[in-house]
Amino acid sequence: MRLYQNSLTAAKERGQLVFLEGLKSCFDVLFGEEQHVGQTNPLQFVSENGSNLKTMYEFVRTSLIASGSDSWKCPVLLVDDLSILLSLGVRPVDVLDFIHYCRVAVCSQLKGNIVVLVHSSDDSEDEENELVVNSLCHQSNLILWAEGLATGFCKDVHGQLKIIQKGSSELKAERNLLQIYQYKIQDKNVTFFARGMSAAVL
Amino acid sequence: LLGPTYGTGSILENTTLEVLDFNLLPSSLNLEDKYGIYSNLLFKYFLAEGIVCGHNLFVASAKEDPADILKELPAPLSDDALKNQVDEKETAIKSKQESQESMKIAWRYQNLPRIEVNIPAASARFGHYYDVSKVVSPELLQSTKWHRFFLPEEMSLHPEIKTCNMTCGYTRLLQSIQRIIYQEGFDGSYPQKKQKNILRIGIQSLGSVLWGDDICCAHNPEDIYSLTKFLYVLRGLLRMSLSACIITMPAHLIQNKAIMERVTNLSDTVVGLESFIGSERETNPLYKDYQGLIHVHKIPQLNSLICDVSGTKDLAFRLKRKLFTIEVRETLRDFNV
Repeated sequence: MRLYQNSLTAAKERGQLVFLEGLKSCFDVLFGEEQHVGQTNPLQFVSENGSNLKTMYEFVRTSLIASGSDSWKCPVLLVDDLSILLSLGVRPVDVLDFIHYCRVAVCSQLKGNIVVLVHSSDDSEDEENELVVNSLCHQSNLILWAEGLATGFCKDVHGQLKIIQKGSSELKAERNLLQIYQYKIQDKNVTFFARGMSAAVL
Repeated sequence: LLGPTYGTGSILENTTLEVLDFNLLPSSLNLEDKYGIYSNLLFKYFLAEGIVCGHNLFVASAKEDPADILKELPAPLSDDALKNQVDEKETAIKSKQESQESMKIAWRYQNLPRIEVNIPAASARFGHYYDVSKVVSPELLQSTKWHRFFLPEEMSLHPEIKTCNMTCGYTRLLQSIQRIIYQEGFDGSYPQKKQKNILRIGIQSLGSVLWGDDICCAHNPEDIYSLTKFLYVLRGLLRMSLSACIITMPAHLIQNKAIMERVTNLSDTVVGLESFIGSERETNPLYKDYQGLIHVHKIPQLNSLICDVSGTKDLAFRLKRKLFTIEVRETLRDFNV
């Protein structure tokens, strides 16, 4: 994070990065002064006890179109983290609708990509969350699945990353490509290696 | 998401832990043991540490007057008293090791190095020690700047408030915390006014009926999102200010597991306490030296999307006359062949 901090600030200044800080926006909705007419907070739904993510979608769309000059190609929408919306009272179907609208705008119209972070676990009892996660997995071309090791904590191997790449055409019944790496997080870097090939072992 | 006070907070993994490091964790969730006895103790440790470090405190409760909570905080242990405690312990460890020289099983343990118990110099020390048999002196309390939130009092003082679709108690608490953060400048406003300080927030028994939430009484509560919304907004407040918060929660009463999972995701650190009172473990010889177990459900990991899980899964706690300690449970050693 530290490594990229300066470049992110610069990107924000030249309009390359639009950052919606949910925690801050939510704070503004609840404790801020009255909004001016025409200015709607993307997290307005929190105070209205609603489940309507329309304003959030509008924010995404206008942000991307505003910077739609030819110099910036292939926009990327990063969502961190979608599971939180469920904690704020948004229904799963509305979360999925939001992503659907974003896909149309970002992927189809603007030829960009969407990256979404969700939390999940094998023994989760959060049915709503699992519904959202399964649906997203189904729609996604690429799944990056980070988890701790099944054998427990290890100081040389912090976790495992599964990369699942969907076959490009379902008609041709191409198989999904699965790769598994293990990783160790260092101060400013992450090292990836094949399973069992951690530097500590070799 | 890293708060401004974030550092390399981690639970120390020595054989005997005398300091549960609460200092650098922005939001710490403490799942209450059945009768709330030990979680209350950890809650008080967190606040006592704030007093000794000169931090400001914000104490919130729906059942106990915050002034009474503060009066019962454990007294810090002086350096001399600490040395005596440590000497006692060293003698106990020495004699235990001598009597176990001829162990027949578990040869690994015989080769463990002798435990060195040193007291580092006060400046190098991380955290402080407390004597649970004594309460903090009124003089030390008086020199501490603290703020209170006692729900019954708030309800009677300000009957009408603007709701934000959250349980009423939670809304009031958030407004109170936000007001203190703003007025006292913990969010960076008035930078020239005074020295930067940290606000330590302690919230007791969040989720219980006394806060107006029915999450502990029903599998399908009326307002299922109140608690998680509260935690999200609180997280925002903590991230934007120099503050850290400990929350105790009667998790054993919350039947809805989905909510508990969401609560865990919204917290930086989650520690569960399981006391042996009233359980069959109370009389089980394997656990005879301890009063309960500590379950570390989540600790934060820098630069990672997934949380860390402690390297030691077998932590137990014991409350002796003066000290509350957390130890790695030596199950194999106690195993009778």
